[in-house]
Amino acid sequence: MKQLSTKVTSNGHGQDSSYFLGWEEYEKNPYDEIKNPNGMIQMGLAENQLCFDLIESWLVKNPDAASLKRNGQSIFRELALFQDYHGMPEFKKAMAEFMEEIRGNRVTFDPKKIVLAAGSTSANETLMFCLAEPGDAFLLPTPYYPGFDRDLKWRTGAEIVPIHCSSSNGFQITESALLQAYQQAEKLDLKVKGVLVTNPSNPLGTALTRRELNLLVDFITSKNIHLISDEIYSGTMFGFEQFISVMDVLKDKKLENTEVSKRVHVVYSLSKDLGLPGFRVGAIYSNDEMIVSAATKMSSFGLVSSQTQYLLSALLSDKKFTSQYLEENQKRLKSRQRRLVSGLESAGITCLRSSAGLFCWVDMRHLLDTNTFEAELDLWKKIVYNVKLNISPGSSCHCTEPGWFRVCFANMSEDTLDLALKRLKTFVESTDCGRMISRSSHERLKSLRKKTVSNWVFRVSWTDRVPDER
Amino acid sequence: MVSFATEKKQDLNLLSRIAAGDGHGENSSYFDGWKAYEENPFHPIDRPDGVIQMGLAENQLCGDLMRKWVLKHPEASICTSEGVNQFSDIAIFQDYHGLPKFRQAVAKFMEKTRNNKVKFDPDRIVMSGGATGAHETVAFCLANPGDGFLVPTPYYPGFDRDLRWRTGVNLVPVTCHSSDGFKITVEALEAAYENARKSNIPVKGLLVTNPSNPLGTTLDRECLKSLVNFTNDKGIHLIADEIYAATTFGQSEFISVAEVIEEIEDCNRDLIHIVYSLSKDMGLPGLRVGIVYSYNDRVVQIARKMSSFGLVSSQTQHLIAKMLSDEDFVDEFIRESKLRLAARHAEITTGLDGLGIGWLKAKAGLFLWMDLRNLLKTATFDSETELWRVIVHQVKLNVSPGGSFHCHEPGWFRVCFANMDHKTMETALERIRVFTSQLEEETKPMAATTMMAKKKKKCWQSNLRLSFSDTRRFDDGFFSPHSPVPPSPLVRAQT
Repeated sequence: MKQLSTKVTSNGHGQDSSYFLGWEEYEKNPYDEIKNPNGMIQMGLAENQLCFDLIESWLVKNPDAASLKRNGQSIFRELALFQDYHGMPEFKKAMAEFMEEIRGNRVTFDPKKIVLAAGSTSANETLMFCLAEPGDAFLLPTPYYPGFDRDLKWRTGAEIVPIHCSSSNGFQITESALLQAYQQAEKLDLKVKGVLVTNPSNPLGTALTRRELNLLVDFITSKNIHLISDEIYSGTMFGFEQFISVMDVLKDKKLENTEVSKRVHVVYSLSKDLGLPGFRVGAIYSNDEMIVSAATKMSSFGLVSSQTQYLLSALLSDKKFTSQYLEENQKRLKSRQRRLVSGLESAGITCLRSSAGLFCWVDMRHLLDTNTFEAELDLWKKIVYNVKLNISPGSSCHCTEPGWFRVCFANMSEDTLDLALKRLKTFVESTDCGRMISRSSHERLKSLRKKTVSNWVFRVSWTDRVPDER
Repeated sequence: MVSFATEKKQDLNLLSRIAAGDGHGENSSYFDGWKAYEENPFHPIDRPDGVIQMGLAENQLCGDLMRKWVLKHPEASICTSEGVNQFSDIAIFQDYHGLPKFRQAVAKFMEKTRNNKVKFDPDRIVMSGGATGAHETVAFCLANPGDGFLVPTPYYPGFDRDLRWRTGVNLVPVTCHSSDGFKITVEALEAAYENARKSNIPVKGLLVTNPSNPLGTTLDRECLKSLVNFTNDKGIHLIADEIYAATTFGQSEFISVAEVIEEIEDCNRDLIHIVYSLSKDMGLPGLRVGIVYSYNDRVVQIARKMSSFGLVSSQTQHLIAKMLSDEDFVDEFIRESKLRLAARHAEITTGLDGLGIGWLKAKAGLFLWMDLRNLLKTATFDSETELWRVIVHQVKLNVSPGGSFHCHEPGWFRVCFANMDHKTMETALERIRVFTSQLEEETKPMAATTMMAKKKKKCWQSNLRLSFSDTRRFDDGFFSPHSPVPPSPLVRAQT
């Protein structure tokens, strides 16, 4: 339709991808322990549902904050009128301190350098509007969160150039991959404005090593470009290693208050660590006051509801609560992840060794008929339709090697997880048998599948019902 | 340290043009008034000589009703013991369709504020980060960089940011004149369309605010029909910002574009869109509830995907769903709000009438459009700015000069009246009375030589101590959202 913008008529929102079929299938047939025990189990949703009880009990103990009161008096009127795009000072202070606590209080965050946004979706887009424009590119290590295609590129006109990471070294970022990506951007006539990493990684669940972080800081220093570190999963680190933030590295390299530090920005959100994606609380942290100033004005397009700011400033200011929460959250995540990992192992499936996030990066390469993305899609369809598990195929995360899948573990009960593992194990065992029997008819089926896949891929056009999910 | 080949330290602009430029519109010298207010805000006891904020279009008259309802309905919060059983479900709800009961309640509210003359489909309700977010989303959906929207002047200054800043869209003014009450005429529309064409700006739509900010007037049925016909004929979009829909009072009727399209045969509804919000009608700007309502299915679909960038907090959706479903409360609120707005409007206009100060006849909005043309030295915007500085610094009222609304004629000022209590309004009127009587005194010896008269007339100007500098940058404006104005207790109470 000529009367609409190209943003509308193109597919820049990324949701026409055939992979959203899994979501559609889930919506049609969602699992329910009692009402629909044969329904599809949602394992494509990186949500943290393990610790609501902790927040709920805090609410019961803190009726004033819970009912928008201060010293027994309702402050609803003031909240109703509060639309200052600088945000509530006590909320930003609480956010800053929470971010510090997550990093073991090794680094400090200045509340004045925080810009609030409606979720990290909005934070990432806003930062991109501030740093890049059509013709510019950001380098992102693969695999990466599919939502970045929308958040970073759609309305900004910026491009993403992948930094290819491979399983050969656990998908770590290497010097040569960085350089290759930079050169690739130049070949495409794109001006590289920066690198964006998610740390801990979605979908890998791993935290960047100090070596990688040093590499990144050195790289952006030499190229005079930006580094955005999306640390949305920073509070989900449950391994023995400590989470190392890019802010730690700036401090250790004595780069605080330098020109370089002005080009390092952190994106955060309460959607994963606190499990509150519905509240739309995101933040940009930058040492560059021009960026803070511009981003603050842009935040007008997506401020955090004052009602939510008030509640969360009270919650996060309660240090006893935050330390108890972070500890318990990590404990529960660890236990849940272990459960998934060992369940997969008993089905002969391994995962990338990880210690953070709400998901595992699962290696199903041995279950592929061929080492191709077609085969991956094939396998994925089987898992969605036959096994009735909605998991995310690696290609949707721009992984360069077929056969990897992201499987979430924190958005369901333990029983549901056990059931999902049981189904998967049954499937794997049947497939192994199946493969041994039908090896001869494999070639025949392969060409049939190829045709079906290409028909199917072009048929799908996703229209609705995709929650804003990572 | 790993060493990479270093890029030559060029004059690399490390920020985008959008961020480095001033498309946000906040560098205008008009923000002087806000600065003056911030430095010296009026308080009846602590600062009785402070600047009274009359530049903030907020509806604070019915906060007590709202507060009462919230206290009476703890289950509307997911945090109280009555509501906490819903906490986890709501906290994880981030579906960009929004809570169904939220959309249903908002649709119902939109119907009530249009006297139930039209029906709104909850499935067409798309959330946004306030009307600010809604406008930007609509611009992204309907126009490409370089395209233009026609906007009748005077218009809300925030549009310069909301519609243009990150979208690259142009605004082409449709000039309206005081001689016919600033009506939007087809001639003016055609002239603007032609101007755009000459400037090689493809026009994609017409944006009208109805009721108008800053005029406070509403579009009559005939005018609305002519706008629909004009845009339909040209194959361009019509965006109606109806954010002030429920602020009509007295005998004034609000007619929505939704009503008018029902009366037009063969209306191409794919070109009709409404922007709405609860910020003005309900006085809830802090909750960031913006709505895009489009009759174009594709726009609904895409705007909904874009709403990911500014969803309404699920906590707020839940509260609003409960509040707006309470029909008795909503009816009472709308009725009472209109009565109080009418009373406040009457108070200020009676005061101004008594002082011989003109104002544009209108019966909607949270402000009036005051006519001070006869106080201008010359009919120029320089004169208007001079007069405005006197009003801000000497009379100590922060009012908004018409030039900032792109008004074609100097001498008009927007004066807000619903963001203060009764006593403050009285004080403001008293100050205006003193100011005008001072002016009268100063111009009395006009019977003497013209030279002396001119000298006297300048008295109020020489009293002015101008202490600002144009190089200051203020992170503030007439816009909502904005920076700390007024300094709310939430800002003061720091732990």
